[in-house]
Amino acid sequence: MLLITCPYCGPRPELEFRYAGEAHIARPEDPSGVEADPWGEFLYNRTNARGPYAERWRHFHGCGRFFNAIRDTTTDFFLATYKVGEPRPDVPARAVASASTGGAGER
Amino acid sequence: MVETVAFPPARPIGPLDQRASHARARPAVRMALVPPGVRLSFRARDEAAIARAAEGFGVALPREACRFSSGGGRAALWLGPDEWMLLASGDPDTLFATLEGALTDLPHSLVDVSHRSVAFTVEGPEAAAVLNAGCPLDLSLQAFPVGMCTRTVLAKSEIVLRRTVETRFVVDAWRSFAAYVWQFLEEARREFL
Repeated sequence: MLLITCPYCGPRPELEFRYAGEAHIARPEDPSGVEADPWGEFLYNRTNARGPYAERWRHFHGCGRFFNAIRDTTTDFFLATYKVGEPRPDVPARAVASASTGGAGER
Repeated sequence: MVETVAFPPARPIGPLDQRASHARARPAVRMALVPPGVRLSFRARDEAAIARAAEGFGVALPREACRFSSGGGRAALWLGPDEWMLLASGDPDTLFATLEGALTDLPHSLVDVSHRSVAFTVEGPEAAAVLNAGCPLDLSLQAFPVGMCTRTVLAKSEIVLRRTVETRFVVDAWRSFAAYVWQFLEEARREFL
């Protein structure tokens, strides 16, 4: 089973977590002043990156807190987790390299 | 002539009473009900409110993740960075009123959840092994020492688990899931005579 490190509780089994979409998407301060296209962009368009991807996760069956995680979408390895409000950390190159060699998603 | 019959005062029936009284004795893992008690869910971020609640409750609210502190028959369980479960015995209304009175001008949330869940102990040398049948947490003494508590999953249900003694765990399961959780552990412990 995958272990996910909650920034509050430490490493926990993945069963306790819920996925909550891409991280670092700020809702416009004044929604009614936003044109249709940028609003649609905000609502529906996501990066869907191949490789390290910043996501929101929630420790649902634990402390209940939302946090951000960087997950390599090709390997499903979690490279870093950090609290909401903290800037996206630079993922160490070594972690990316070791994670990307172990996955089945290699081309 | 109408005959009056005096009934004993009504006693609430717990969802596990029947199962617990019929549980087979297995010394490797024993399961027993914890008598109903007071459970308050307390949430606050304000430092003053946290201090005031600890003062009113009589037990310090742990600030370290996944730990509980206890004393005088009461316990405070850390469930989240701003969330604690307060356990006590006696009258829920008195304790609730005391705490609410102490916190009146501070931002907080205090909810009486005494009847939300049912607690039972899982005790014996194989207690951790039986819980691990449905709970993927590392329950070794290094990873889950005495004094640790957490909300987690057991099979398909959410529980609050805490370790009070090396070989004793207390499982707190939601009422409607309690029979399922109990039966799951009952089946898991059939492995041990």
